[in-house]
Amino acid sequence: MSKPLTIAMPKGRIFEEAAVLMEKAGYDLTGGMDETRKLIIHFPDQNLNIMMAKPMDVVTYVEYGAADIGIAGKDVLLEQDRDVHEVLDLKISPCYISVAGLPDQPLSRIAPKIATKYPNVASHYFREQGEQIEVIPLNGSIELAPLIGLADRIVDIVSTGRTLHENGLVEYEKITDVTSRLIVNPVSYRLKSKEIDIMVQNLGRIIEEEEVS
Amino acid sequence: MPKRLMFEKPLGMRDTLPFFYNQKKQARDQMTQVIKSYGYAFMDTPLLEYHETVGKASATLEQQLFKLLDQQGHTLVLRPDLTAPIARVAASQLKRAEHPVRLAYDGPVFRAQQQEGGKPAQFEQVGTELIGDHSSYGDAEVIALLISSLKEAGLEEFEITVGHVGYVQAFFTDLLGEQDELIETLMHYLYRKNYVGYREKVAALAVDDATKTALLELLQLRGNEEIFEQGRQLARNQACIQAVNELKQLQRLLKQYQVEEYVSFDLNLISHMNYYTGILFEGNAPNLGALLCNGGRYDKLLPSFQLNASATGFAVYLERLVEALDQPVQTEDRVCVLFDDEHFGKAVETAQALRQDGKSVVLQHIDQVADLDQYKQELTEIYDMTAAGGGSDV
Repeated sequence: MSKPLTIAMPKGRIFEEAAVLMEKAGYDLTGGMDETRKLIIHFPDQNLNIMMAKPMDVVTYVEYGAADIGIAGKDVLLEQDRDVHEVLDLKISPCYISVAGLPDQPLSRIAPKIATKYPNVASHYFREQGEQIEVIPLNGSIELAPLIGLADRIVDIVSTGRTLHENGLVEYEKITDVTSRLIVNPVSYRLKSKEIDIMVQNLGRIIEEEEVS
Repeated sequence: MPKRLMFEKPLGMRDTLPFFYNQKKQARDQMTQVIKSYGYAFMDTPLLEYHETVGKASATLEQQLFKLLDQQGHTLVLRPDLTAPIARVAASQLKRAEHPVRLAYDGPVFRAQQQEGGKPAQFEQVGTELIGDHSSYGDAEVIALLISSLKEAGLEEFEITVGHVGYVQAFFTDLLGEQDELIETLMHYLYRKNYVGYREKVAALAVDDATKTALLELLQLRGNEEIFEQGRQLARNQACIQAVNELKQLQRLLKQYQVEEYVSFDLNLISHMNYYTGILFEGNAPNLGALLCNGGRYDKLLPSFQLNASATGFAVYLERLVEALDQPVQTEDRVCVLFDDEHFGKAVETAQALRQDGKSVVLQHIDQVADLDQYKQELTEIYDMTAAGGGSDV
């Protein structure tokens, strides 16, 4: 048998959805997943290794070839601009990246400040709008920044909009839609193309079916 | 900026320690031997070039160039590859050669690509350029030479993926006409290997379903000979058919070189934006996260140095090759002749005799070695010429 495929999966919410999708496509990842502290889980009967990683790190593992395949949010792909093949939109965990802030507050005319987890996405977006901004990188609770006067706007992921609403913030513009993507290491894409193509086909079929229903 | 510590090197720079130096040398020697046996002449070019000439002509991205100023204020670049400098040489020095020229190189190149680990800013490339041969025989020779030099270096498992930029371009023109901006966008998606983005773009196009299907089928044109026929059916304009014929011809020639088992085809392969113009290829090996080698035919580079000629070549990332070979570290066999003040003459004589026999001989005064037992472990043999050792041959 050929060498197993190593898949880097994001821990947490996306994993649940991805695991359901994988199972429907014929890859049963439920066995062995009870030992949630384990970071690498082997599935010898399916010739798979599953690696549990932080969602932001999945792309890194795949780019360096530590994993052949990964499941990563488009937000991370946009932010990190790494050399991986983006082969399939899994259409799970849909959300979008938005610009938000306090209502009726114009951008400061001298050096507008934007707080975000996505410095590259934010600067790229505002540059395209013809606006030069200063980024304040934060790691979480981005919504705090406009409330306490740290930033004029935030650029962040929105799924339901509830956090924004509860903190009295409004959305100004939507930057882009985000779903999870199947990504592949460039070398694995060539050398393990057979197994990977089969997986892409299986997953693709399920995603299409789900869309129709 | 904090004060530098003594052991620090500039970002992306690495030392080549003796064991790695030897591994590299071995791989390089084996490759260059094969390259020479195909009649390629090795040459070298300066590490510094003008940004205006070589810097601009190179396929390397502007932001990846190391730049500095010379005393007259001209912008210089550390050479980011050897293809552009060799094109410069070929254009100026070899202009009068009315026949193909075969050149080869091995040397360090520099790319400011270091943001994190694993992407060195200086690395070595071994490569060839076949200048002035427009034929498929030239393309086949370069690929066959690449394969046989990798094999000679000891690499067993690898794959060369071959594509044709002419096909992709003609395919898009055939289906989408003169919509240059759109074609550029689609090519960029392929170049960035963003197939999701490509499919979304195609789905959003205002074209008929047959065109959409064809655009999506382009993504499937990967594999072996069977894709030639599919590729021909998918787009029927002259340029596409010609590109497919060139690939078929190449495949025939590679069979005669008996290297076809290492080759697969991918009609949507795009390695560089606006650089390669015909057949292009990249090579991968297991256990490497990144590309092992690449190359192809380029027609626009030499004209930018005022030489109207087509050329094709390959470049192998030597450090990655060594990594892919994964050979055990070979320690150098070194013998030691130990001496003391009284026995130096005899020791020199012994050492010279051993060197004549082709051995690497360390001649060492015993008083300089604090821990003799530890020292002995680094050596294969000791000739103790000191009084304690008997002062004679062992």
